[in-house]
Amino acid sequence: MSSVPASAFLALALILFCIGLYGALTKRNTVIVLISIELMLNAVNINLVTFSKYGMAPSITGQIFALFAISVAAAEAAVGLAILIALYRTKKTVNIDEMDTMKN
Amino acid sequence: MENAWLIPLFPLISFLILLLFGKRLKEASAYVGILLTLASLIYSILVLFERFSEPTYVTKFDWLTIGDFHLTAGFEVNQLNALMLFIVSLVSFLVHTYSKGYMHGDERFHVFYAYLGLFTFAMLGLVISPNLLQTYIFWELVGVGSFLLIGFYFYKEEAKAAAKKAFIMTRIGDVGLFIGMALLFWQTKSFEYSDIFAAVDAGQVSGTMITLTAILIFIGAVGKSGQFPLHTWLPDAMEGPTPVSALIHAATMVAAGVYLVASLFPLFSASHTALMTVAVIGGFTAIFAASIGLVQTDIKRVLAYSTVSQLGYMMLALGSAGYVAGVFHLMTHAFFKALLFLAAGSVIHAVHTQDIEEMGGLWKKLKLTGPLFLIGTLAISGVPLLSGFFSKDEILAAAWEGGHPVLFVLALVAAFFTAFYMFRLFFMVFTGEARGNQKHVHESPSVMTFPMIILGVLAVVAGYVNTPWFGTFLGDWLVDGNEALAAHGHHEGPVWIMILATVVSLLGIYLAWLIYGKRSVSRNWLSGSGDMLHTVLLNKYYVDEFYQLTIVAITKGISYFLRFIDTFLVEGIVKGITGFVQGLGATGSKMQSGQVQTYGAVAFIGLALLAVIYALTGGYLR
Repeated sequence: MSSVPASAFLALALILFCIGLYGALTKRNTVIVLISIELMLNAVNINLVTFSKYGMAPSITGQIFALFAISVAAAEAAVGLAILIALYRTKKTVNIDEMDTMKN
Repeated sequence: MENAWLIPLFPLISFLILLLFGKRLKEASAYVGILLTLASLIYSILVLFERFSEPTYVTKFDWLTIGDFHLTAGFEVNQLNALMLFIVSLVSFLVHTYSKGYMHGDERFHVFYAYLGLFTFAMLGLVISPNLLQTYIFWELVGVGSFLLIGFYFYKEEAKAAAKKAFIMTRIGDVGLFIGMALLFWQTKSFEYSDIFAAVDAGQVSGTMITLTAILIFIGAVGKSGQFPLHTWLPDAMEGPTPVSALIHAATMVAAGVYLVASLFPLFSASHTALMTVAVIGGFTAIFAASIGLVQTDIKRVLAYSTVSQLGYMMLALGSAGYVAGVFHLMTHAFFKALLFLAAGSVIHAVHTQDIEEMGGLWKKLKLTGPLFLIGTLAISGVPLLSGFFSKDEILAAAWEGGHPVLFVLALVAAFFTAFYMFRLFFMVFTGEARGNQKHVHESPSVMTFPMIILGVLAVVAGYVNTPWFGTFLGDWLVDGNEALAAHGHHEGPVWIMILATVVSLLGIYLAWLIYGKRSVSRNWLSGSGDMLHTVLLNKYYVDEFYQLTIVAITKGISYFLRFIDTFLVEGIVKGITGFVQGLGATGSKMQSGQVQTYGAVAFIGLALLAVIYALTGGYLR
């Protein structure tokens, strides 16, 4: 089945990661930033799965690891959103550049 | 005598109790102070009587061991110490009692008693110290007590200034004392009095060094005892409450300088120059201060200048090798001067002013204070049969035999001045018509008159312990068992000195009576004929102004210069350094914008750079 080379998967992961990174660093809306982070995580998952198939010593470990990462990411997204909502309630904004209370 | 160390401890306990519980005890603080000083007094009397029959008691323990050298602390009860213990604890007890009436109603009543306790502790500790270092420590402690008590009314600018002045001026003298002490230690390797005297006796110390150390130590005594040229703090110290003036600035602390010279007398007597210096400074101060006292109009200031003058008298006696005369006068002076101050306090208490121009005619109104003040005045003027007469006679005899004829004349003139200004004070305050606003004049309560009566009795009889007629008990006892002192014991002066001294005193009194009592001679008779002289005296010879123009101005100049260096040089460097660090911090804090995305970008760029370096170097930095 595999006529698709490993480099294609890796390129996909790279592109996905770059989009995520770009979004995480530039978007003002915190929801978008969180989604971008999810993109980056998924890019990593693709990498894991790719190497579990085409790596030096192919094994199932990579895929299991990817599953773990997905479930942890789901939990993380839930927590992240909860924090965001709490922040929104106190600050009345979701703009990430206005959340600079760490300054001073 | 083994437990003589308890004597200074009682007032210390009083101080500590009042420090902790004074606020709650309020006016009951007085009882704490009075009872504990009474304990000291009783013990001192016991020690004094014990000392009559037993030899000197010394005990010490190692305090610090530095290499081979053992620094000791302890106490000593010799004749001089036992006598001083008695005088100090007696006057302190009486002043404690008196203050109960005088300070009644004062907001900081308990603080006053606490300070009195501290001072009494320090003074009693000072007089039983067996070595110079311990003496020095207590010496400074009495200075602190004096400072606190002069500045007791600290909300008054004058009191604040006077307290500072007293502290700084005595400190100037203390520098001399400290250097002298250090030099003595360097020469004799000991702070103990006995070791120092032994070394001086054995000729281990060169003559120049003895003179130098003796004069340096005398500078300390000059500061404490208010001798010229460091006398100006003592009259200003009268800003303190009057009982304090009686205790500290008349009877005890200012006598510490005289006591120091007396207890180091073997050192001084080893150097003719040092003795001469003491005598000249003392003689000059005696007449100098007495002449200022002639024209002052503040009752306490007249007494203050009289104290300075009498202390000069004691120094003159010691400097003329009249050891007994000096100590004897110290004792009688403590009694009659404390009496005079307490009586003056009683007068001030009654009329609420210190200006003698506003008093007058108080003899009938103050039935007890008046006669007691008269006793004190008679005693200090050297009227026969009172204590001052005998001690003054002893001093004059010592000055005649041991000193210089000029000094003898100085002492005689000072005696004349003393009689004159004291009776001027007496006549102005107690006779004639009432001047000023005297509505509610009343005699002081008995708690105040009782100490005055005791002192009055002592001012009369204290002289009889050492008279040419009934034996020189005090003199013999003081020099007993001490060969170095025995040579400077009682002076059997010629009879004409005694007669001359009496005539001079009576002349002074007569003149004062003519001018201020009978008023047959105009008050302007003197001041009119020498208007300039009068102004000079009124301004205390411009000594304060002179210091202001010279020493204070120079010191200020130096301090301005140093401040200039400090602001521009030192502070410039410091500001440069802080500016650099602040700039660095500002740059750093700019990076900490709180923008999480910036942080992320920076972290990513850093990671990318590391990856690039890793790739280029193949995993190794070479």
